[in-house]
Amino acid sequence: MANVVLVTGVSRYLGGLYARRLSQDPSIDRILGVDVVPPRHSIGRAEFVRADIRNPMIGRIMSQAGVDTVVHMNVIATPKDMGGRVTQKEINVIGTMQLLAACQKSESVTRLVVKSSASVYGSSPKDPAMFSEDMSPKSLPRTGFGKDSVEVEGYVRGFSRRRPDVEITMLRLANVVGPSIHTSITDYFSLPVVPIPMGFDARFQLIHEDDAVDAMILATTGPAVGIVNVAGDGFLTVTQCTAIARRPFFPVPLSTGGLLGAIVKRGGLADFSSDQLTLLAFGRGLDTTRMREVFGFEPAYTTRSAFESFSRHLRPAVPGVEGVGDVVSDAAGGTAAAIARVLDRIQP
Amino acid sequence: MSDSSPSRPAATTSAPRKPAVKKSAAKKSAGKKSGAESATKRSVPTTSAPKTTAAKTTIAKTTAAKTSATRRAAAPRGAFAAGAARASGERRRRTGTPLLPTETVELSPARRQAVTLTDDGAAVETVSPVAAVTPESTSPAPPRRRPTRSSMRTRRTSTSEQPRLHAVPTEGARNDDAVGAHAPSDDAGDLDTSDRTVASEARTHTSNDTSKATSSDASSAPGSVAASDTHVGGWEHALTSGIQSRAERLVGAVLESAEFSSEARPGPAELVDLAVNVLRAAATSAGLPAEDVERQVAQTLAYLRRRLSGDYVVDQFGFDEDYTLNVHLPLLRPFYRKWFRVEVRGIENIPSVGGALVVGNHSGTIAMDSLMTQVAVYDEHPDHRHLRMLGADLVFQIPFIGTMARRSGSTLAATTDAERLLRGGELVGVWPEGFKGVGKPFSERYKLQRFGRGGFVSAALRAGVPIVPVSIVGAEEIYPILGDMPAVARLLGMPYAPITPTWPLLGPLGLVPLPSKWLIEFGPPIETTSFGPDAAEDPMLVFDLTDQVRETIQQTLYSLLMQRRSVFL
Repeated sequence: MANVVLVTGVSRYLGGLYARRLSQDPSIDRILGVDVVPPRHSIGRAEFVRADIRNPMIGRIMSQAGVDTVVHMNVIATPKDMGGRVTQKEINVIGTMQLLAACQKSESVTRLVVKSSASVYGSSPKDPAMFSEDMSPKSLPRTGFGKDSVEVEGYVRGFSRRRPDVEITMLRLANVVGPSIHTSITDYFSLPVVPIPMGFDARFQLIHEDDAVDAMILATTGPAVGIVNVAGDGFLTVTQCTAIARRPFFPVPLSTGGLLGAIVKRGGLADFSSDQLTLLAFGRGLDTTRMREVFGFEPAYTTRSAFESFSRHLRPAVPGVEGVGDVVSDAAGGTAAAIARVLDRIQP
Repeated sequence: MSDSSPSRPAATTSAPRKPAVKKSAAKKSAGKKSGAESATKRSVPTTSAPKTTAAKTTIAKTTAAKTSATRRAAAPRGAFAAGAARASGERRRRTGTPLLPTETVELSPARRQAVTLTDDGAAVETVSPVAAVTPESTSPAPPRRRPTRSSMRTRRTSTSEQPRLHAVPTEGARNDDAVGAHAPSDDAGDLDTSDRTVASEARTHTSNDTSKATSSDASSAPGSVAASDTHVGGWEHALTSGIQSRAERLVGAVLESAEFSSEARPGPAELVDLAVNVLRAAATSAGLPAEDVERQVAQTLAYLRRRLSGDYVVDQFGFDEDYTLNVHLPLLRPFYRKWFRVEVRGIENIPSVGGALVVGNHSGTIAMDSLMTQVAVYDEHPDHRHLRMLGADLVFQIPFIGTMARRSGSTLAATTDAERLLRGGELVGVWPEGFKGVGKPFSERYKLQRFGRGGFVSAALRAGVPIVPVSIVGAEEIYPILGDMPAVARLLGMPYAPITPTWPLLGPLGLVPLPSKWLIEFGPPIETTSFGPDAAEDPMLVFDLTDQVRETIQQTLYSLLMQRRSVFL
């Protein structure tokens, strides 16, 4: 069982949430939280270690503390607050390489848990309706977070070959939404007017932030199951999401040389690379039978309830829109009442 | 108490005005046989609209009711209901106060309900401030309930018995203005223009209460004088009295009908009633049955509401049943019924429950035959099953068509998707000829092309579902392909760029399909469970089954063609 857990990416929202929740598990002796910057939120009883996993100090930490479970949550999707795409790529790819190198060297590590993403499946019109874990993507993501995730998974596969004694659980999470988390999807639907690809209405799945953390906790403390898709039940489409979030949308042609991505990026959003755009155009389905049957995880939120919990915390697109509605209703009601009476008389 | 217009829920700002108005009213009542029925015009249910101070009373009642309604509007129902409640406030006023001695009134059941619903607080508070501010009217308390016709008439004849209810403008009188405007304008004949001025002044606004009071005072006096039908001869009077009587009748009828169309909170309902009445009028004038039109419009509006609130479910393939039933199938039905006049045979071969694989011949330049088969299966099958069609990759890459295809239940023609659908018990339609079938020239019509590699058969074998062959006659003739433009096709990335007799010759008109008569025949199902669990791994069996299906479809096509007398009739 896990005794000493090393968590990377603990200063990020999901990492912090995970650390706090893991702290409540009494069977874990020590939790080490590693990140480049100190966390701004509480991390429970995890001890923060400021170490950049891009340099090899992480190995020394692991051997000093006798870490037996490594939880890698530092594959980031939001380059905006990390210093741009170059830094993101470095943290994701180089950081993972260093971490896995340290794990390979370490004798105490017995389990590796990796937070991967369903974006490794890519998104194209030729996709099957649902991806199961053994399917390969029809179009590999070529830029951005998706590409990083593909590379990270490649390194993990290599590590599993070199160290077959280490149990590995890799969770391919659907897009995480929730009241507090900031991801590209949440930022996208927070725009006052949402640009959507013209002529396309993708269906996709989401997972609530609490469910994502619970899945990671289960992967840490439960049995190792290899690669698992993790997503909430049910599907939402892009226009359905804009309707639930009460946002107007305007269609932008997809093929206009990245115009859609440029618009979104200029809106100051987290990450809007082309694989995000194709997600909005073609969607993605995740087969979660393995999550239920082998991994034994049941998400508490469906896709729709996860998105609704997010949209409840959204400010309305136009402030005061309800007040406007009231005034208009007043006038309309009065006029209608009057006209209705006359009409009643005329129309026997 | 003397003037008690107890239920005058006047806002205190209107208080100063009230006495003045009441004075004038008292004067008027003293002067005349006005039926200053307590009630305002509105409360007078009869066709005989009260004269003289009617407008004033109307406005007064309106504002009074409005104030009470305003208070009630604080209720969670919101400002919209409040606005309409203000507008129709007289109902509430009428149903207001049980504290006052009233004449015997029959309450309609709705009115009774409205009474119980009304806050007693509101009613009470309407009583007190009014009592406070109407010191000098000498008339008894006005009846708060709606008086009967006879009582109204008696009241009209009686003078100086009822208190005047006066126009008391309150804040936010705009709604009232709209409503109040009707009353005075309808009763143009009742009152002189001076009274109308009173009304308009009452309408306009609240701040200069006293000034208005005095002006209304002044104007009401001559007005009341003028409105008497005893004296003031002359053509103006004849005109006004003529208009007046007509208006009385009209307004009385309006009020009477409004009286009975009661809801306790008429806000949004009024709007809906109005719209429904307009719709009914339009429908009957257009000769359509009003009920059907109403139902259709209601369904459409409900669909739009669901769309706008995201209140629909999309399954893992992107199938949106709400969209399919309300948009997709209705758009295709005119083609199905009127243009192609599709005749369906053998629909009983499709099972009622459980999966089945429907295999058909493909033709017609665009996939119209698959759409018509979808409509046929939904409309003709007693269980209204949805046909989930497998389409080529190209379909899902095209922007709008791909989305519409996914929404209406189609998905990619991949074995994984087909198996998932079949295992889920869905009816799957596949057209194995593919582009070779739709793009074949007219000279080769009704000759089946190669039926793919048998992937659909292996999917059916693995899922253990029956295969139902379907033959579609008539689709070949909708766009007879006479030639091809391979260069254009390559340029646009399409499998073929057809030349038909109408396209591209007639431009956009060439997109209209020729109205051939279609026959769709479903053949007897071929069971696949008898072949054993590993049948899908046996390529020979798969090819054999494929051939069997193809031959069945081809023979059926020939027999249908022989039965068909003409292409278009």
